[in-house]
Amino acid sequence: MKITRGVVITEPGSTALEETGSWRTFKPVIKYEKCIRCMICWNYCPEPAIEKQPGENYPVANPKLVKMEIPVINYRYCKGCGICVNECPTKAIDFVREEK
Amino acid sequence: MNYENQEFFAPGHRACAGCAAPIIVKWVLKIAGPNTIIVNATGCLEVFSTPYPHSSWRLPWIHVAFENASAVASGIDAALKAQGKREGTNIIIFGGDGGTSDIGLQSLSGMAERGHDILYVMYDNEAYMNTGIQRSSSTPFGAWTTTSQVGPYNIIGKNEFKKPIAEIMAAHKIPYVATVNPAFLPDMKMKIEKALKIKGPKFIHAISSCTTGWRHDPSKTVEIMRLATETGIFPLWEIENGDFLKMKLTYVPKQRKPVEEYFKPQGRFRHLFQNPEKIKEIQKMVDEWWAKFENKN
Repeated sequence: MKITRGVVITEPGSTALEETGSWRTFKPVIKYEKCIRCMICWNYCPEPAIEKQPGENYPVANPKLVKMEIPVINYRYCKGCGICVNECPTKAIDFVREEK
Repeated sequence: MNYENQEFFAPGHRACAGCAAPIIVKWVLKIAGPNTIIVNATGCLEVFSTPYPHSSWRLPWIHVAFENASAVASGIDAALKAQGKREGTNIIIFGGDGGTSDIGLQSLSGMAERGHDILYVMYDNEAYMNTGIQRSSSTPFGAWTTTSQVGPYNIIGKNEFKKPIAEIMAAHKIPYVATVNPAFLPDMKMKIEKALKIKGPKFIHAISSCTTGWRHDPSKTVEIMRLATETGIFPLWEIENGDFLKMKLTYVPKQRKPVEEYFKPQGRFRHLFQNPEKIKEIQKMVDEWWAKFENKN
């Protein structure tokens, strides 16, 4: 590794190259059939490991929600803190033990 | 422009699971947008966001010592002005409670007095969490820390009161001072947006739960911060131009919850339950604070 002058980091956002998913002991799993797509988990994810994605092909709680985006957890970064599990208003996120 | 769907704070940083600081940072950056320069005082945030040779920041970022974050930001402000590039750039300082109310207070006060156009965001986890939970002037009354140990000679924990840093900043008569709580997200977003529109020094005091130092389950982070405001311990307000008489409470709980509910999930207040009169004392202080405003409305 080359050390730059003044130890300047030239690449922005490079921590994304590292995986913090290995820290997890419990894993949040979204049950999309209960998800109302309110994005509260996305708001509060400290990583941020929850991404917004188009939700047409996912099961829906209410057909009116089809056009809305869904939260998808990126397990590469999720540390398993469980804030999303605790904050979900419809309890649509399960917290299961990580098994490898 | 709305940058709400863009992430300026990259994942992969080394914050403890359940840390609230990245939630605050991510929302401040989403609202500020790409034309922003970040100055970061030493603290948890600086340590976990930049494990060399990596960085979580997708914006220009500089790390400075505890005591001179505001001074360096003032210099950036002056340099941009001299180059004629000041228009449209936000300068934001992030500091912890140690870097703000203890060590960085003199340079912060100087920045406020000189009137630089800078937003200071203090994320307040109420102790020196990064070095191992030592008490700071921002640690609340009754909290256990490793330097306010609880034992037969000290049954209370920290015996002194929390420094009212936001009130101190408001006394500088700067254009905007506010307290925010990430658990009340729309309120927080509104205040950051408002602060960034105002010219001059702005100060935002954000409560930031620390799962390691407050001794609670990581998943309860947002819940506990919400309780801090619902019990009235951390009121949400804003003061413009140092006018204390026109202080605006942005969230008034219909029925304030008893302070026990905030203390119960946190290990750092566990010892207080053996001395219920101390909890009553704290409840009385909270009630007295609110009585001043409830009578007025």
